Amino acid sequence: MKTSSVGAWVAVCIGVFYLLMPLMGTVEFSLRMLRGTYSFEAYKILGTGEFQQSFLFSMIIALLTIIVSVLIVVPTVYFVQLRLPKLRPIVEFITLLPLVIPAIVLVFGYLRLYNSSSWLPLTGTAEATNVLLLFAYVALALPYMYRAIDSGMRTVDVRTLTEAAESLGAGLGTILFTVILPNVRSAVLSGAFLTFAIVIGEFTIASLLDRPVFGTYLQNVGAGKPYNASALSVVAFAITWASMGLMQVFGRDRRPKVAH
Amino acid sequence: MAYLELKSIVKSFGSTKVVQQFDLAVDQGEFVSFLGPSGCGKTTVLRMIAGFEQPSAGSITVEGQEISHLPPAKRNIGMVFQAYALFPNLTVGQNVGFGLKLAGVPKAERDARVAEMLEIIKLPQLADRYPYQLSGGQQQRVALARALAVRPKILLLDEPLSALDAKIRVSLREEIRALQRQLGITTIFVTHDQEEALSISDRIVVMHEGKAAQIGAPFEIYNSPKTKFVASFVGTLNILEATVMDWGQMRLSIDGRDVTTSHGFTAKAGEKVSVALRPEAATLGWTNDGRNHMAGTVEEVAFLGSVVRVRVRFEHQTISLDTFNDPANPPPLRGATVAVAFKPEDLIILEGGTTEANHEPGTAVDAPVAVTELA
Repeated sequence: MKTSSVGAWVAVCIGVFYLLMPLMGTVEFSLRMLRGTYSFEAYKILGTGEFQQSFLFSMIIALLTIIVSVLIVVPTVYFVQLRLPKLRPIVEFITLLPLVIPAIVLVFGYLRLYNSSSWLPLTGTAEATNVLLLFAYVALALPYMYRAIDSGMRTVDVRTLTEAAESLGAGLGTILFTVILPNVRSAVLSGAFLTFAIVIGEFTIASLLDRPVFGTYLQNVGAGKPYNASALSVVAFAITWASMGLMQVFGRDRRPKVAH
Repeated sequence: MAYLELKSIVKSFGSTKVVQQFDLAVDQGEFVSFLGPSGCGKTTVLRMIAGFEQPSAGSITVEGQEISHLPPAKRNIGMVFQAYALFPNLTVGQNVGFGLKLAGVPKAERDARVAEMLEIIKLPQLADRYPYQLSGGQQQRVALARALAVRPKILLLDEPLSALDAKIRVSLREEIRALQRQLGITTIFVTHDQEEALSISDRIVVMHEGKAAQIGAPFEIYNSPKTKFVASFVGTLNILEATVMDWGQMRLSIDGRDVTTSHGFTAKAGEKVSVALRPEAATLGWTNDGRNHMAGTVEEVAFLGSVVRVRVRFEHQTISLDTFNDPANPPPLRGATVAVAFKPEDLIILEGGTTEANHEPGTAVDAPVAVTELA
């Protein structure tokens, strides 16, 4: 074996170790609820309604976040690329803001703007607060969604496809949904994976808006029941990965791949 | 009245005028080519007909109806792009049926029309393939079928052959022409390839700097170019600088050698004019049939197979001429003194003469595919 490939293997091993170690530690810890023996005792919490409700709630919010952000980002990227290429730096800057502004700042802003005595009291009811939470997550997902779709759309000849569709009598809606969106599907999916992962793990905004998401539930459990909290983390991790896998299976381009 | 009429079209991007006072009348079923170098405005005119660009001034009418205010989707004008522009997520059949579906054609009727179109382009077996599974030539034929499926009033072809291999280019252009004749559809074809334009058009519009430099049948454009630009862009041409000797007798002098032309001109004695001579119009050797003769030295001999191209130098200028290969008559040697002979009517006087100095006088100008034309 060459020295260079030994170095590469060492680097990969360190990386894998770094990523897997905490996970393995969590798994190991979650199995030690009963003294002196490994058991799945801590995993019994999965049968509780609280866990199921909070996780389902987070999943629904995640899916809605994906749908809303796709509906916002795809037309935006399309118009920036086709009609307003000069706006690209500005739009890119705006989409990066959620990375720069901490979630805590965002949510305090929301609370000031939309509190129950404001002009738009979105925090007045649970339903309206859910909507606010959804919009907050759309903002958080923006950098990832925008980048994924923007790079996906650059690989497609948007202008010519648009003109071809127009010359065949297509209106804007048809062009966006039957021509552009299907051709950036894999980009949309990769944006969706990231969005899903962010929403399932989000804590700050949900906690301050007092929404029963998985993150806040996990924190409550962790405060008093460390073994159960570890078990929940492991399961949440597995479910998140499984959901992403499912999205990939169902959302994937099912055309056979043929090399040119 | 013409079927498609463009009147005084002007298009400016900012302060740049890309198209200037462009007029054209196209009859129904006619095949017209826009020929010119890149940046001459030919694609811009095409895109204005399609509706992708708005003219800054002027009018575009189809069957007497003004269309310049209509969006592309409402014009019923088919378009084929250089980059094929098939929808990658749809099969060949779905691509061809795309416009019909939008028009609300019932499925049964749509399927029949798609099958008919695929039959016409000779690809009926490929209906379920995706564009990326097809070759470039096949993709472009599908694009053609897609554009024609909706029975457009006019078909626009924007350099449809440029991305293809030379062989497919020739066979597909013949197919396009045959299909166009069969369907009788009014067609505008944009190309920078003079051979393409000459071989398939009813009429050619040679464009230069946003204007129509000359509009005419291929025979007319090739044999009687009006301007120096047209002469140099279409075919291979010797452009020479001549001094007028005698206006009445149409006598000129090229590098001190007296020649006559049968084409009239307005320049006075002593003035300089640009003249042009096709390589195939000149021969080597002395004759007694009233031709012009110019003695010179053979500077270069290029053996191209069926054709031998010889460049003969006089004082400052040269003439390239083409002779057919003859096994009994080997080409002249470099340095030999020869006579170049040509008929007075083959010496073309160019409009705008010396002012439009695109090329050094006395050089042969090769258009992009001049060699294929001769080979």
